[in-house]
Parts: sequence; structure tokens; C-alpha cells
Amino acid sequence: MYYFSIFFQYAAQYLKTRMSYREDLVVELISDLLFQAVNLIFILVVFGHTTLLNGWNREEIIFIYGFFLVPYAIFSSFFNIWDFNERYIVKGEMDRILTRPIHSLFQIIIERMELESMFGVVTGLVIMFYAGSQLGLTLHWYDPFVFLLMVIGGAFIYAGIFICLAAISFWSDSKTDIMPMMYNIGNYGRYPVDIYNQVIRFVLTWILPFAFVGVYPAAFFLGRTEWYGYAFLTPVMGVVFLTIAYFMWNAGVKKYRGAGN
Amino acid sequence: MGNFSMYVEMIRIRFLMMLAYRTNYYSGILIYSINIGAYYFLWQAIYGTQESIQGMSVSQMTTYVAIAWMARAFYFNNIDREISQEIQDGKVAVEMIRPYHYLGVKTMQGLGEGLFRLLFFSVPGMIIIWLAFPIDFSNQWSVWALFFLSIIFSFIVNTQLNLITGILTFFLMYNTGLIRAKRVVIDLFSGLLLPISFYPLWAQDVMGYLPFQAISYIPSMIFTGGFVGSEIYSAIGIQIFWSVLLIIPIQALWMLAKRQLIVQGG
Repeated sequence: MYYFSIFFQYAAQYLKTRMSYREDLVVELISDLLFQAVNLIFILVVFGHTTLLNGWNREEIIFIYGFFLVPYAIFSSFFNIWDFNERYIVKGEMDRILTRPIHSLFQIIIERMELESMFGVVTGLVIMFYAGSQLGLTLHWYDPFVFLLMVIGGAFIYAGIFICLAAISFWSDSKTDIMPMMYNIGNYGRYPVDIYNQVIRFVLTWILPFAFVGVYPAAFFLGRTEWYGYAFLTPVMGVVFLTIAYFMWNAGVKKYRGAGN
Repeated sequence: MGNFSMYVEMIRIRFLMMLAYRTNYYSGILIYSINIGAYYFLWQAIYGTQESIQGMSVSQMTTYVAIAWMARAFYFNNIDREISQEIQDGKVAVEMIRPYHYLGVKTMQGLGEGLFRLLFFSVPGMIIIWLAFPIDFSNQWSVWALFFLSIIFSFIVNTQLNLITGILTFFLMYNTGLIRAKRVVIDLFSGLLLPISFYPLWAQDVMGYLPFQAISYIPSMIFTGGFVGSEIYSAIGIQIFWSVLLIIPIQALWMLAKRQLIVQGG
């Protein structure tokens, strides 16, 4: 309960700050839309030169992308920790975090949230409904519940991966450029993973399981029964990865000695 | 001349700073290789049974993707974010009274970073990718020479756009949104994600009038042999044209910015 009230106070404070630079907020929303458009344009341009991608048609690929946007929006609203190393370790801010009465990871999440990213949920749903209607998909009573489960699983996977990467900074406090590149790798989970070779497929399924934030769960809604096994693993993978990340973070904090000054 | 050696020193210092962190770059190379590898298979699936799309074979496409990303390591920098941060922190006022041109310093720092990544990241990365995937390297030395000439202009045009974005912080106060928008536009219109020749014709026409093609499309096309003979020279001509033209808005914005300098929360 205590955590909830702190969360809402931070959220309210955040909205006030953002509202004072309103033009920037508008530009940011537009740039988010642009960013989402880029990937859509990529798909459209590519399908201008081919009709099927390993047996998947354009609308199916668009649908997968729409699905991806929803967990991704939740992830980027709350886990804005790609510059954790620079911002907290190198600049010594972590010392301040550790003096706070709440869990250090939670403190960072509420400090760094970017609630405007939630807009991606809307874009994602619009894209999914558009592609779904083109494909003639029907909505079952249980679909919204499964969807919710898959979305939470996907957001957890993303969060887990990025928390683990951030936690590496506790052991090695020098600069890495891995985080921005990791965002690129996330993109490949949005394509049918059977186009890749064994190694990349394995990486995208078990090591950096981005395929669970794209093609696997979306396959359920597209009725691709051959992927159902993987689809239902999504929430499990989410919980597993977030748990690993949580323990890794705690171990890192224990190890943390501060960046000398 | 004294001025010149000062700027060279700035390149050197940034280079050494990056060198101190080099071990992390080896993990970066691995991630980059996975990235390019995934792209390779994606393009193979896109080509399917087709021999070529828009005059490019699948192995040319693989080379295009690999070189586009490796060249990016050279021209890419975050000086837009750095400038914007220094403006917001009020540090820029101090920078302005120092005996050098602030924008020149930022450019040199970007160059130092770029040279570091070229040597310690792109070159070893390219070798690893060449071992793993079918990449076509040109055996004509002139193609290599023109490619290296071309990525110098990629750096110039990309840095100029970063400077413009950074300076705009003076007028907008807060511009993370703009910086992000610029990055997206460059990814899309520079030819990094898709060669410009893949776009519908009307889109190609529009992009022909924009500076972004000078950043990624032109050097990558030169490297993959997508451009040959006089096409190469006119492409580099376009890069030179933009490198010169973009000086005008930078100078104009910089003068305006100095006139209305407000240090935030100083």
C-alpha cells in the first residue's frame, strides 16, 4: 500500500513536470508515432517486393507488430533504465537511491518513468484491430484475458532483460553501448522465428527471449496452432526472467561500492 | 596553426577516453553481429526464391546491411544530446567564453569517438561478419578509396544535423522529443534500414531532395557496387553539396542563439 501511494505521488509529480514543457511533450508523442510508423513502413516496403515471408502474409506480420507495441509500451513507460550506468553509477546517484526507504529498483523505476509512452498501447491496438479485420479474425470471449496475460508476460521479459543488463553495471562500472543495440535485437522477435538459423532462433527464444514479445504470443491470436506451445509459455518466461533479474539486481546492489570520488 | 593543433588534441583526448573503455566494445561487437546476422536471415526470407530485387542480389543486400551498420559506428555520435545537456546545465555559457569555437570542439569530440569505433569496432566486427556470412568485398581499390571518402561526408552531414538539433535547445529549452524524432527520421530516410531504391517512386523523389541520403545510402551503395562509374561521382557531389549548404543554418542558428542566451536555472 505504501508503495502504491508513493507511486501515485511520483506519477502526479511527473505529469506536472511534463505539462510545463508542453511543446516538448507534443513533439515526443509525435516522435513516438514516427518511430512506430518506421517499422510499419519497413514492413509495407518489404511486402512491396514479396507477397509472403516464409508463409506469413503482410497482414499477419503487421498484426504481430501491433501486438508487440502493447507490452513494449508498458515496458518503456516504466523501465527507462537504458542509461542506468551513466546516470546512476558513473555520476554517483546510486548512493542517493540507496538512502531511500523503498527498494532501490522501485525507486529508480518511479523516478525515471515516462508515462507518455503508454500511448503506444493505443497505436498497438489500432494496428491489431486493423490487421485482424483484414484477416477476418474473430474475437472470442477469452481473447482479452489471454491478451492481458501475454502482454504482461511480454513486458516482464523486456523488463527482465534490461534490468539484468543494467545490473551488470554494478560489477563493471565502465561505459557500455550494449543497451541501445539491444533495442535493435528486440525487433527481430517480431518476425516468424523459423526464418532464422538455429543459433539466432535459440538466442531469441531462450537467451534474449524477444520472440515471446512478438511472434509467439501473436501466433495464438492468429490461430497458428503449431506455435501454441510457445505462445502459452509467454507468461511463464516473463515471470522467470523478471525473477532472475530481481535477484541479479539485489546481488549487484550488495556488491555495489560506489564510484570513487 | 596553433588553433588547428588544439582541435587535433581534442580528437586525441576523446579517442583515448574511449580507448580506456575498450573491453566493453568486444561485447558490443557480438551484439552487432547478432543484429546483422538476424538481418541477413530476414532478407533471405524476404527474397525467398527471387534472384534480385531492384537490381540487388541477396548477397549484395547482405553486404549493404553489414556495411551500413558498420559505417554507422563511425558517423554516429550523441553530440546533439551532449549540447542539449550542456545548454540545460548552463555549462554552455562558460564554453562560449573559452578561446575556441564551441561547435568545432563538439565536432572534434564526435570525430575522436567515430575514429575509435571505426578502428576498434567496425574493422574487427566486419572481419567477424565476413567469416560468418557471405559478404562481397570489392577487389577494386578505387571503390574502397571512394567509400572512405564518402563516409567522411556521412560524418560531416550527420554531425551537422546533430549540431542543428543541439542548438535548437536554446530556443526550445527542452528537446528530448526533437532529438528522438531526428534519430527516427535519419534511420528511415538515410537508407540505413532499407536502401532508398526499395521505396515507392514518389518516396524516392522526396528523399532525393533531402540531405539524409548522404548519411547512409550513398556510402553503402558505393561499397556494395550498387553505384558504378559516374553514379559514384554524382553521389559524392550530392554529399559535398549538403555538407556546404548545411553550414548556413548552423551559423544562422548559432548567431541567433548567442544573441538570446538564457541560462536555465543557473
